[in-house]
Amino acid sequence: MTAQAVVSPLADAALAALASVRDPELDEPITTLGFVASCTVSDDGQARVRLRLPTYFCAPNFAFLMVADAYDALTGTPGVRCAEVVLEDHFAGEAINAGVAAQAGFVGSFRGEAVAELDELRAAFLRKAVLAGTDLVCRPLLADGTAQEELREMTLGDVPSSAELTRLRRRRAELGLPAGDDAPLLIDPVTGERVAAGAVPLHLRRARVTQTGIEANTSICSGMLARRYPEIRRNE
Amino acid sequence: MYEKNGEKYFIVDTHLHYWNAAPDNWVPGQEQYAKGWIECFHAYQGLGPKETHWSIEHFEKYSEDDLMKDVFEDGYVDVAIFQPTYLKEWYKEGFNTTERNALMGEKHPGKFVYNTRFDPRDGDVGIEELKRNVERFGSKGVKLYTAEWNAGSRGYKLTDPAAYRYMEVAQSLGIKNIHVHKGPTIWPLDKDAFDVSDVDHVATDFPELNFIVEHVGLPRIEDFCFMATQEPNVYAGLAVAIGGLMHARPRFFAKVMGELLFWVGEDKMMFGSDYAIWEPKWQVEGFVDWQLPDTEEFSDYPRVNTASKKKMLGLNAARLYDIEVPAEFLIPAQAGIPGDREDAQLVTES
Repeated sequence: MTAQAVVSPLADAALAALASVRDPELDEPITTLGFVASCTVSDDGQARVRLRLPTYFCAPNFAFLMVADAYDALTGTPGVRCAEVVLEDHFAGEAINAGVAAQAGFVGSFRGEAVAELDELRAAFLRKAVLAGTDLVCRPLLADGTAQEELREMTLGDVPSSAELTRLRRRRAELGLPAGDDAPLLIDPVTGERVAAGAVPLHLRRARVTQTGIEANTSICSGMLARRYPEIRRNE
Repeated sequence: MYEKNGEKYFIVDTHLHYWNAAPDNWVPGQEQYAKGWIECFHAYQGLGPKETHWSIEHFEKYSEDDLMKDVFEDGYVDVAIFQPTYLKEWYKEGFNTTERNALMGEKHPGKFVYNTRFDPRDGDVGIEELKRNVERFGSKGVKLYTAEWNAGSRGYKLTDPAAYRYMEVAQSLGIKNIHVHKGPTIWPLDKDAFDVSDVDHVATDFPELNFIVEHVGLPRIEDFCFMATQEPNVYAGLAVAIGGLMHARPRFFAKVMGELLFWVGEDKMMFGSDYAIWEPKWQVEGFVDWQLPDTEEFSDYPRVNTASKKKMLGLNAARLYDIEVPAEFLIPAQAGIPGDREDAQLVTES
């Protein structure tokens, strides 16, 4: 799916910036998920983006993160002077749009309903992404005959390069977890410690169920988005 | 009753509704939420087979005859368990109340089980209502929707002190089964509303109650699985898992089922159609035919057989709700005890 109404190099740059914004639950860019309904930049550098989500009741905290991240990505794009991000067709859209425009933060946008910003929520889902990414990286190794306990001895540098490995390294780095060549492949996503001897089978099981959860959610979300906005399928 | 290849399946649908979401039931000033809710449900229906899709008008308000035909006549269901969802902030008479369900069900003795609900934010008035409902409708279960909006609040956790008070009262009234459905909002909004760790706490503190996590904890299957494997009294409600994935995304459905079979176990998984979101007919037929794929990716998940499916489609729920099952539907003793709590003890962690 490509966003509509991309008509200038500046809009292309803005869309590229939006590709750095991920749905924290699905760990996928909002651009490939089809959440960007339109993206335009005027000649004088005003970016206008419309976002849409799979349901009217998608969780407001994750929706806020995507709108706020989109705003930050746009205003950090060279040539963009100011940005307006509008979340459409959502029960909390008004509060989110106004809050992000005013840079009020989550607590300021939902007065009396929230007690903290969303950093901990974001970190919790990054840790899930690390676990899920561990499954994606380890599965081919296991299929090639590597024993589970051998994985525990391996470092990231021992793993053949792949898109999945690059992504795992980035997610670990975002959390401040070891991500270099000499870092253990299997780590606790909270402490960063190497997984203990004997704990590998359970760790891999948790990694797999986490990846399964993300896959199931992504398939339901994309199915719902396609029901809600049938034109998306035609653009695919 | 469903019969295939000489095998007879007793079907208990643990999750269905008889709602009125038509505009005549929308609360003035709240129309956008009432409309948004039912449109969201209607989009879910789109994940099922095309020939089972309804128009939005039919979906908003279907008749008693529609339900009886879709669920019992065509849908093979023997006993159906109503899971009420009130949403009175948006729907004048409620979306799907205990009363509405029972008024309909009373005309069809033996077909329905009437679960009721409570909302811990309703104080003493809610306690009295719970008592009346249990007495009047013989409820053995409650459905809790933690994301319900209530007088300015956008939801609650089961660990809230008021929820404990309600749980104690419910248990003293004879309630056995607590169905938990998480939604997108909670207080405070910065927390993950779908988090199931509160179920973990109450399951430990109320060991005599059964906690059925609806929609297998979606969208937090991983949290649910890891919690359920450690709590003998936590069960999986399969509504949405079958309806939303089996047809639309068979490969992911197989993975989700494989995970549930591993972490939760076939004695603790229960079919629910989530009617009227999805009709039970295609779900029952498809599930009886379904098998885990024989490829490497699925090789270390537990396998399912006819007895497993008989349990998940009805026998497990029958055990939890003391529903009498005729002998022709029972499974041999070596196939395990339906609804058995011990099936969960796969993983222990200090």
